[in-house]
Amino acid sequence: MPRIWDWDLAGQALPLLLKGFLVTLAATVVASVVAIILGLVLAMLRRTRFAGVRAPVRAFVEFVRSTPVMVQLFAVYVVFPGLSPFTIGVAVLGIHYATYMSEVYRAGIDGVPKGQWEAATALSLPRGRTWRAVILPQAIRNVLPALGNYVISMFKDTPFLAVITVHEMVFEAQTFGGDHFKYLEVFTMAAAIFLIASYPTSLLVRRLEKRLGH
Amino acid sequence: MATEPKLPDLSAVDTPPDLPSGTPMVQFDKVVKRFGDNVVLDHLDFAVQQGERVTLIGPSGSGKTTILRLLMTLEKLNDGVIYVEGQPMSHMDRGGKLVPANERYLSTVRKKIGMVFQQFNLFPNMKVLENVIEAPVHVLGVSKDEAVERAKKLLDLVGLGDRIGQHPTSLSGGQQQRVAIARALAMQPDVLLLDEVTSALDPELVADVLNVLRDIARTTSITMLIVTHEMHFARDVSNRILMFDKGRIVEEGAPDKIFSAPENDRTQTFLRAVLEER
Amino acid sequence: MGSFFSQLSHSWGNIGSALVITIEGTIGGAVLAFVLAFVLGLMALSRFIVVRGVARTIIEFFRGTSLYVQLFWLYFALPVLGFKISSALACAIIAFGLNFGAYGAEVVRGAINAVPRAQWEGAIALNMSPFQRMRLVILPQAWVGMIPPFNNLLIQLLKSTPLMSLVTIADLTFEAQQLRAATGQTAWSYLFLLVVYFVLAYILTLLMNALESVAKARLGRGTGLRGVFRLRPADPTGKSLGAGLTGAGTEVGPTSGGGR
Repeated sequence: MPRIWDWDLAGQALPLLLKGFLVTLAATVVASVVAIILGLVLAMLRRTRFAGVRAPVRAFVEFVRSTPVMVQLFAVYVVFPGLSPFTIGVAVLGIHYATYMSEVYRAGIDGVPKGQWEAATALSLPRGRTWRAVILPQAIRNVLPALGNYVISMFKDTPFLAVITVHEMVFEAQTFGGDHFKYLEVFTMAAAIFLIASYPTSLLVRRLEKRLGH
Repeated sequence: MATEPKLPDLSAVDTPPDLPSGTPMVQFDKVVKRFGDNVVLDHLDFAVQQGERVTLIGPSGSGKTTILRLLMTLEKLNDGVIYVEGQPMSHMDRGGKLVPANERYLSTVRKKIGMVFQQFNLFPNMKVLENVIEAPVHVLGVSKDEAVERAKKLLDLVGLGDRIGQHPTSLSGGQQQRVAIARALAMQPDVLLLDEVTSALDPELVADVLNVLRDIARTTSITMLIVTHEMHFARDVSNRILMFDKGRIVEEGAPDKIFSAPENDRTQTFLRAVLEER
Repeated sequence: MGSFFSQLSHSWGNIGSALVITIEGTIGGAVLAFVLAFVLGLMALSRFIVVRGVARTIIEFFRGTSLYVQLFWLYFALPVLGFKISSALACAIIAFGLNFGAYGAEVVRGAINAVPRAQWEGAIALNMSPFQRMRLVILPQAWVGMIPPFNNLLIQLLKSTPLMSLVTIADLTFEAQQLRAATGQTAWSYLFLLVVYFVLAYILTLLMNALESVAKARLGRGTGLRGVFRLRPADPTGKSLGAGLTGAGTEVGPTSGGGR
């Protein structure tokens, strides 16, 4: 008697999915850290006085953010066979999202009122101190919700890592589905897990946005 | 609102610079400043003596604020030289020749000048006390304890001693501006620039700020360059008034003379318009 | 590298048809997404709470789950329920349309909300029916503000099309992998592929910028020909991608459209 939804199968699959979800989370966290830090570096490099640095960084950012992350994953995967898929995955995902985040930071930095820079000059604060103590704290505070949104978005892009054999949740779902010739339960549950994880998080980001007065 | 002169306390710690007699504190020598095609300052010559209080008046766009901004190194001039305490500020002396100052040079000479802005520009991510001690600690190398002590005295003087732990956003405009004044004074500048410091305030808050400035003028010998529309204040505090129009000084003199018997047409028209509003 | 280019010239035909398929997937998905964006967006602005609720649920569902999973579900799981979508390409187009339609709905909603209240009131004062209000006053103004975020979403869509290669569609990515297998020149194949996508993205951006110029000109707000050749504006709020629940009055203004 063929049932449409097989609860037994679902029950079998769930632990595997959750195991994969841990990898998904780990990948999201590591890639986010990479993206958040590298994004700031890229944003600041684009503000340097040296045109010889600004132009290549800009070209790099434009190219990476306008091209598919999946292809970037493939490219790096085949070019660096020695590295583990997880390493490649978080590196590529992190760099890809760093380019998005560099735009976010740029907007945040540009959003700090010019008067802040002038007050720092009037107090003879050195540039480094001005950045650290005055500009960046304000810029980052401005863009926290946007960074949060991009982290959530990255989380939903982690399935791309499956194509380079990282054992995250969707990889596990595909494997299980393939082994049992039935994909309905695994993909439905995978979708549900994504929703359960991302929806409340997005509500939190929205709350943060309101608290920061946007 | 403090009425006893506490500031001489601090002035004793910071001796005003010992200038050879006759050397002006600030000197503009044929300064030209252009914004695009617009010549804002046209071969401007003027000097401010040590301890003088000079107020610049005139219509907007006449270049008054630009003078302050040039002195604070917020803008670069196109021609001419600015001297502070007898030394070139806009330029460096390279073997007898003057070349435009680089950032390193500017960062050493800039410390002599302090500025209070129309929009206060307090650092919102720092509390009031932190705003005031930031520069002394990180620029002058003052120890944190000493900086805190000085800051508290200054904030007392401007009437905000009880607000040191608050954030600027919870203060009124007038209170923020008074913190800004304390912050500028904490650096013990030789010249204090005041750029329309009450223009952005609600009328009721203006008086408190002006009173603080009157106190400072009365109890210290700090050189002040003021741009303001507050004519009564200008009259009270200034040694000299300079009337600007289209980047040139059209008239200058003691406040009594300028306000009662201006000679120049432009001055007369301007003063009539401004004083009538009040 | 020489062998790469010689193999490339042999495969030109394949690449050509692969390009067509990629474009079909992009445009097909975009058209469906566009329609859904307006349907869901307008539903989300409805007076009736049930209509709003349905729209919001659909929007949050498709924004909150991963496009990858949605596509795979449609291709692998839906058949189990008895529905077989005719072709893999149709599957992809539907998945893209649903996912990006949900994001697009937020853009529509935000842009309509951003039209100044005074315009609504003016239209009411002129005795226009709700339908006329929308068509003649609100939408033309909201439309201009929708184009930059739509541009972002369109490029996102293009960047998602490699997913098609995972469900046996012979798109550019699929073809590039064939090329790689044939030449053994791994780096060149993927680099070539990235450049092709970059060029496609730029062309799409040019078209969208031209569209925006036309729309602005019709509102008397032109920026001229130079505005057409801009690179794609960034999205410094993350809203075009994020799964954030947006409350009332989410602004889709210059900030989420990127620097201008």
